[in-house]
Amino acid sequence: MAEVNIQGVTKSFGTQRGVADIDLHIADGAFVVLLGPTGAGKTTTLRLVAGLEQADAGEISIGGRVVNQETPAQRDVAMVFQQYSLYPHMKVRDNLAFPLRSPILNVAEDEIARKVQQIAEVLRISHKLDNKATELSGGEMQRVSIGRALVRDPAIYLMDEPLSSLDAKLRAELRVELKRIHAEMAATLLYVTHDQIEAMTMASHVGVLDEGRLVQVGTPRDIYENPRTAYVAARLGQPRINLLPADLFDYATPTGAVQMGLRPENIVLGSGQAASVVRVEHLGDQTRLHLKLADHDVITLVDASESANPGDTMRVTARDPLFFDAQGDRITQA
Amino acid sequence: MSGFSVTEPTPRSKRIAATLVTLYAVITMIPLLWIFITGFKSPADAIAYPPKVMFEPTLEGYVNLFTTRTRQTQEYLDANPPDTWYEEIVRQYDMTVVGPSKFGERFFNSVIIGFGSTFLSVFLGTLAAYAFSRFRIPFADDLLFFILSTRMMPPVAVAIPIFLMYRQLGLSDTHLGMILLYTGVNISLAVWLLKGFIDEIPREYEEAALIDGYTRFQAFYKVVLPQAATGIASTAIFCLIFAWNEYAFAVLLTSATAQTAPPFIPTIIGVGGLDWPAVAAGATLFLLPVMIFTILLRKHLLRGITFGAVRK
Repeated sequence: MAEVNIQGVTKSFGTQRGVADIDLHIADGAFVVLLGPTGAGKTTTLRLVAGLEQADAGEISIGGRVVNQETPAQRDVAMVFQQYSLYPHMKVRDNLAFPLRSPILNVAEDEIARKVQQIAEVLRISHKLDNKATELSGGEMQRVSIGRALVRDPAIYLMDEPLSSLDAKLRAELRVELKRIHAEMAATLLYVTHDQIEAMTMASHVGVLDEGRLVQVGTPRDIYENPRTAYVAARLGQPRINLLPADLFDYATPTGAVQMGLRPENIVLGSGQAASVVRVEHLGDQTRLHLKLADHDVITLVDASESANPGDTMRVTARDPLFFDAQGDRITQA
Repeated sequence: MSGFSVTEPTPRSKRIAATLVTLYAVITMIPLLWIFITGFKSPADAIAYPPKVMFEPTLEGYVNLFTTRTRQTQEYLDANPPDTWYEEIVRQYDMTVVGPSKFGERFFNSVIIGFGSTFLSVFLGTLAAYAFSRFRIPFADDLLFFILSTRMMPPVAVAIPIFLMYRQLGLSDTHLGMILLYTGVNISLAVWLLKGFIDEIPREYEEAALIDGYTRFQAFYKVVLPQAATGIASTAIFCLIFAWNEYAFAVLLTSATAQTAPPFIPTIIGVGGLDWPAVAAGATLFLLPVMIFTILLRKHLLRGITFGAVRK
């Protein structure tokens, strides 16, 4: 495992921008998750580190060695693709052994057999080793795909939305599995997703991308509590943060503030302004209230035991609001 | 009510379809069957009218195909009794076998030129198709169109220029010349067909192999080639069928050394009258290689004809 440094990396495809001026330090043993919507440049960043794309500008170094001119094989990285990555003409066993049989590693066959068996057990696919790759279910395919990365001991594992094609139950299982593997193997990971739950649960650091730019990097908690922009604030948190006019509540508003961000859990019921209940969602462990507050839609969380009906009127006040200026940048109160 | 489905044909329409297909297959196979049967007839049975369906089979046609014979005096025949089974067949007409005919040699030429040009077309076609499919090549569309345009006129239209050119280059009546010519004709088909197949193979496979520690070329033959097998097999069959059956250029450009079977078979007719059984025997043997090749690759061909349109 090694640290990876991305400095001022820019890449465009013709007139279309991929990523611009990315600076990202991935410490040895870190689990960095890149978060952003489709087209934000997450996959491009991953492919630049892998060597599948050449950077237009900037420098990428792995373990202190600048790798801009190196081929993917020379960079010693392992990658899990979103889909299509199992070699369909090979058995599961040969798929897993494929990286170990490469001319670069050239591992002895008995050592390969041992490693393949070990990884198959970790990912619970040992009973499918002699199946053809095309005879697996989607979840099994993706586990083999992850396994093919894990049999190696590369400088860094790169994962491109590896769980996005799986069903919810398997996704939850593999999240825990990946986190465990990360801890056990002391692995360095760069992981791309648009799923904030994956980011929050697995990452040691989260990088939020917006239209090819890295807007903020930090621990998941830091990003949740101290988002630098309204965009970042909206990426994390379920339900989403409520973005409202800054002067909606009688709260000391800093100069230049246009928008106020209020996490659903920071809307306090009991006193203050009147809001009418539009819809009630019972989720079992919690209840979501959709409110109408002076023509604005607001979502808040209440205890599951709370009883509310559409049409009811409630009184709400704001707690710990975040203020943003006209550009969406955060204004920290002096 | 039971078993009704929108997509599944009814048993009745299935039966009708099966009958029609069988009927069509029988009709198309009758000429082939007739050739096969005629090869085992005696010359008299072959031209009998009405045509004979029941007859006494003989290998006369095959013996005549593979040998040259000469008429002998009665004294000679009496002094030299037949010592082989084929000599015995020939003796019915007071003849003896004086040596092998050219058929074996011509057939062998066909094999060398047919399979040689097929291999070369598919080999070059695969490399070119891969390059067109995966790399950013300047003027790729124009180049592909240029390659296709070589097939826009019938090849025979350029027969005279090629004839003159080959004479200058010393390629007339050589195996190499014919292999190059058939490769030149087939290569556009091979590039276009194979490009379609390789386009269907997702790039992710090669990218995964590149990251797994392989070079571009290793990724190509370990990951892309096995998946392109279907396309390569069907392309090879198309190329072989063309090269194997080609007649016009073979007549024009080959004679003593590199003549292939197609121009040779009709010349059998001239040897000692209309020897239909020998012609039929030659045609039967000529059909075999393409048939065997196609049967060997039929599993790939069936999937290949859909041009990868059906995804699993």
